[in-house]
Amino acid sequence: MLDVTTVERDVAANNVKISAKDVQVFYGDNHAIKDVTVEIEDKTVTAFIGPSGCGKSTFLRCINRMNDTIEVCRVVGDIRIDGENIYDPKIDPVQLRAKVGMVFQKPNPFPKSIYDNVAYGPRIHGLARNKAELDEIVERSLRSGAIWDEVKDRLQAPGTGLSGGQQQRLCIARAIATEPKVLLMDEPCSALDPIATAQVEELIDELRKSYSVVIVTHSMQQAARVSQKTAFFHLGSLVEFGETSKIFTNPIDPRTESYITGRIG
Amino acid sequence: MTDQHIASAFDRDLEKIQAQIMKMGGLVENAILEAAVSLEERDEERAEQVRRSDKAIDALEESINEEAARVIALRAPAAIDLRVVLSVMKVSGNLERIGDYAKNLAKRTRILAHMEPINGSASSLRRMAKEVERMLNDALDAYVSRDAELAQNVIDRDIVVDQMYNALFREFLTFMMENPSNITSCMHLHFIAKNIERMGDHVTAIAEQVVYLVTGAMPDEEREKANTTV
Repeated sequence: MLDVTTVERDVAANNVKISAKDVQVFYGDNHAIKDVTVEIEDKTVTAFIGPSGCGKSTFLRCINRMNDTIEVCRVVGDIRIDGENIYDPKIDPVQLRAKVGMVFQKPNPFPKSIYDNVAYGPRIHGLARNKAELDEIVERSLRSGAIWDEVKDRLQAPGTGLSGGQQQRLCIARAIATEPKVLLMDEPCSALDPIATAQVEELIDELRKSYSVVIVTHSMQQAARVSQKTAFFHLGSLVEFGETSKIFTNPIDPRTESYITGRIG
Repeated sequence: MTDQHIASAFDRDLEKIQAQIMKMGGLVENAILEAAVSLEERDEERAEQVRRSDKAIDALEESINEEAARVIALRAPAAIDLRVVLSVMKVSGNLERIGDYAKNLAKRTRILAHMEPINGSASSLRRMAKEVERMLNDALDAYVSRDAELAQNVIDRDIVVDQMYNALFREFLTFMMENPSNITSCMHLHFIAKNIERMGDHVTAIAEQVVYLVTGAMPDEEREKANTTV
C-alpha cells in the first residue's frame, strides 16, 4: 500500500542538472546571497520559497546570468549546468539564455502575432532551416504550452490580445521554443486568477517530464502543489533544501517551520 | 520558532480545538474512575450517571472533528500546525472509544449489582482502571506540555495494564471452573477487564500521537506485548 501513495511524487531521474557551489551575490556593498550551495535535479520541479528580499529571485536570475545586466551586481562562486560553468568567459550569455528559458511574473508577450512570439527565439538562434520546420516548432511549443487548441485558428492575431492566463502560457511556449535544458519561472502565477493558475500549474507538472523547472513563488501552497523539491531562503542564505513533502510536514530548521506555518514573514 | 502566527485568528482556532481535547480528556478520565467506583460499590445510580455522561463526550468528538475540518479548509495548516490538527482528530477518536468502554463498564455494573459478588475482583478491576486513568492523565499532560519523553513513558507503562489483565483472565477462568454458577458474572467481569485493557491501548495510541506531534515521526519501536492470553 505504501508504495502506491508515493508514486505520484516520484522523481523520474536523479541526475543533477544545475549545480551551484558557494555562490555569493553582491549589489554594491549589499551581500544579497551568502554561500549558497545547492544541486538541482533534472526532470524535477524545484520551488524557491522565502520572504520578500530573501534572495530567491536574485539566485534564480544567477542561473541564466540575468544579473549581468545590473551594473553594481557581482556574482562569485560556481554555477554549473550539465557540468559546464556558466560564468566561464567563453560562455555567450545570449546562447546560455536560449538553453535556460525564463518566465516572468507578469505575462510579457512581444507586441507581435502569436506565431511570431513563439518563432522569435528559434529564428534568432537559427533553429529552423525553412518555414515548414519553423511551423513545426511553433506548433510543438504551443502544444507543450497547453495553449495550441485555444490559438491554432488565430496564430496571426496579436499575442497581447489574449487573456492573462493565455498570455502566460504563450510566454511559457515561447520559452520552450528554443528547447532549453532548464526553465526558470519567477512567480509565474501571481498575476493570474485561480483558474489560469491551475492551468499553468498543470502545465508545469507536464513540463517536468522534459525539463528541470525552477519556480520562485510567494504562494507556499503553490510550492507544495507543484514542486518535488523545495528550497527555503532567508536573509540571503539557503536555510533548508529537501523533499517538498518533508519540508511541508516536518521541516528540520525552526526558521523554515516558522515561515511555512505563517509565524514569520 | 516564535509561537504566534501572524494571523492571530489561526492561533485562536488551534487553541480552541486543543482546549476541547482537554475538556474531553477530563470527562473521559472521570468516566473511567466513576465507572470503576460504581462497579466496586455496586452503585447503579452512579453507573447510570456514567452512561448519561457519554453523550457529552460524543458531542465533543463531533465538534472537534468539525473544527479540525474547518481549520484544514480555511488555513491549510503545514508542519507543526498540520500535526496538531491531525493529532487532535486521532486523539479525540481514541478518547471517544475509551468513553464507550467506560459506558459499557457501567452497563455491566447494573447487571452485576444483582449477582453474587466475585471474591475481590471488583477492587482488582478498580485498580486496573485507576492505572489506565493515571496513564491517560499523563498522556494528556504530555500533550499539553509537548513532552515526548513523558509520552514514551506512558507507552512503556501499558505493559503493566496488560499484565493485570492476564492475571484477571486466569483468575476468572479458575472461578468458572470451580463453580459453573459463577460463569455469568465472570463473563461480564472478564469483558470489563478486557475493555479496560483496550482503554490502555487507546491511551497508548494517544501517547504515540504526542510523540508524532512533537517529533514528526511515530515511535517506531515495536512494543513488547504482554498479553499472553492469545
